[in-house]
Amino acid sequence: MSTSNVAKLVGQPGVVVHRRSGFRRRQELEGLLCILPWLIGFILFKFGPMMASLIIGMTQWDALQPPRWIGLGNFQTMITDPRWYNALYNTAYLSFLSVPAQLAVAFLFALMLNEKLRAMPLFRTIFYLPSQTPLVAAAFLWNWIYHPDFGLANVLLSAVGLPAQNWLFDLQLAKPSLILITLWSGIGVPMIIFLAGLQGVPQSLYDAASIDGAGPLARFRHITLPMVSPVIFFNLIIGIIASFQGFFTIVFLTTGGGPVYATLIYVLYIYLRAFQDFKMGYAAALAWVLLLIIMAMTAIQFVLARRWVYYEGGERT
Amino acid sequence: MSQEPAQERVIVAAGRTAAQRDAKRQAWAKTLILYGVLIVLSIVYLLPLYWMISTSLKQTGSEMVIPPQWIPNPIVWGNYSDVFAQVPVMLYIRNSVTVALTATLFGVLTASLAGYGFARVMFPGRNFLFACCIASLMLPEVVTLIPEFILFRRMGWVNSFLPLIVPAPSTRSSFAVFLFRQYCLTIPLELDEAARVDGAGTIRIWWTIILPLSKAVLATMAILSFTHHWNEFLRPLIYLGRPELRTLALGLRAFRGEYQLAWNYMMAVALIMLIPILVLFFLAQRQFVQGIVMTGIKG
Repeated sequence: MSTSNVAKLVGQPGVVVHRRSGFRRRQELEGLLCILPWLIGFILFKFGPMMASLIIGMTQWDALQPPRWIGLGNFQTMITDPRWYNALYNTAYLSFLSVPAQLAVAFLFALMLNEKLRAMPLFRTIFYLPSQTPLVAAAFLWNWIYHPDFGLANVLLSAVGLPAQNWLFDLQLAKPSLILITLWSGIGVPMIIFLAGLQGVPQSLYDAASIDGAGPLARFRHITLPMVSPVIFFNLIIGIIASFQGFFTIVFLTTGGGPVYATLIYVLYIYLRAFQDFKMGYAAALAWVLLLIIMAMTAIQFVLARRWVYYEGGERT
Repeated sequence: MSQEPAQERVIVAAGRTAAQRDAKRQAWAKTLILYGVLIVLSIVYLLPLYWMISTSLKQTGSEMVIPPQWIPNPIVWGNYSDVFAQVPVMLYIRNSVTVALTATLFGVLTASLAGYGFARVMFPGRNFLFACCIASLMLPEVVTLIPEFILFRRMGWVNSFLPLIVPAPSTRSSFAVFLFRQYCLTIPLELDEAARVDGAGTIRIWWTIILPLSKAVLATMAILSFTHHWNEFLRPLIYLGRPELRTLALGLRAFRGEYQLAWNYMMAVALIMLIPILVLFFLAQRQFVQGIVMTGIKG
């Protein structure tokens, strides 16, 4: 783009050709200057720490005394650490159940909102609103809703004649209770993205299919789903990564990882090891294992995506 | 067509109107069911927010009764002023605003500059660096948390706002860089060229031509960034140990933990935290939704 820019300029009268290389070098310098603040930030706060994390992960370090090199020791500890398995299991449970559930609900909502009705902007705002509630505020709101004695959840249960529950403090119910929170607070953004995807499906496809005698279900199955599959894929990848961070705030402020480690999730475990036990080395190793898991998962999703994600105009993965 | 017997034509017309009436009735039924479902779901999704608002207006003590008061009796608006008197809400709001505004200003400026550079200026390694920018979107924050903490502690920045503001150009705004780059690609190149002929440098073109044309996308970036910093919890938790530095997100936890604030007051503070975000959202709803839509999918 900018090369053609230069070429055009050079072709113009009044621009001396022998200055081209100087001009170009100046432009390159200016381009680097433009991205410099971002680049410094990227190196100092993203790439650098990522690599440093790996090195710290090979040490035993309380962040006060000098670190002690122990090679793969932290990773060996991990294999015999029952809490690590707890954290893995709980994170997998929460993310793999809550993200697909959120996406399913968000997709259903988007399908309904895609119908042409006058009040749609209002409904769209209502369903989007919960996602704008700061997670910290949402966590306290749900602490109150799940209050064993005076919470709204038990009030509603007793209204339909069901026994009161302990919600966040119940070993069996704690994780589903957390998922319910994300079904309230987590659907806004994917819903809007789905809606955009649905609105991008050309009407002509539906018209053509109708003429060929396709019913609403067939149109959904053979037009809507394939056309929005890239959006579903995008939401899935972003949603799972975001769920690690999102659950931290909610879990930290509601259950604190309890009861009996039932909601000890990976990010919380890293936080506790690093900033409560000051085991920086072990925590960094934990974080790197998480990174590897995420990379592997994303890669698997990309491979699987070839089977079900449809890209207009050929493969893009 | 014109040769058809008149009678046949009448029958066809009658059949058509019957079918049309049927279709119309079906469409009506569909609309009705759709409205019904949407209204029920709206109630479900609004109920927690209603519960938050109604609790925040209840007299202390009356939030803890069974059966609950659906409509607070009496309605105590004074809860909101009580909260300001009982706990340092004002201080925490000021801290939150300071952090969120500076980080947003810093982040949006650097992100727009970088986005412009990636879209418009040719330099070596441009595509590679842009790929790095996109890839860093996938990096969970927790992976960089520990080295970052050690770095900031060595610099003596723990217990200051600096660790929340200084990384803004990279950690918070890779998405903003992407957003601004996509937007820049839609601005006609002739504008740059004309300015260049007039002797303007790259930075000046960014400042005097690109930025004024990009108010909508800048607003989207600013809202996303402000919301992020306003809501952020993990980093403030790590870096802001001193009570007088707490942001509102941290303060909320302290109000329940240290101050043992009653639930009606807690809900009032939670609502106070929610209000600026809602105001921003309603001010810029259309732009905001479009901003996400425009860039969210089209890679």
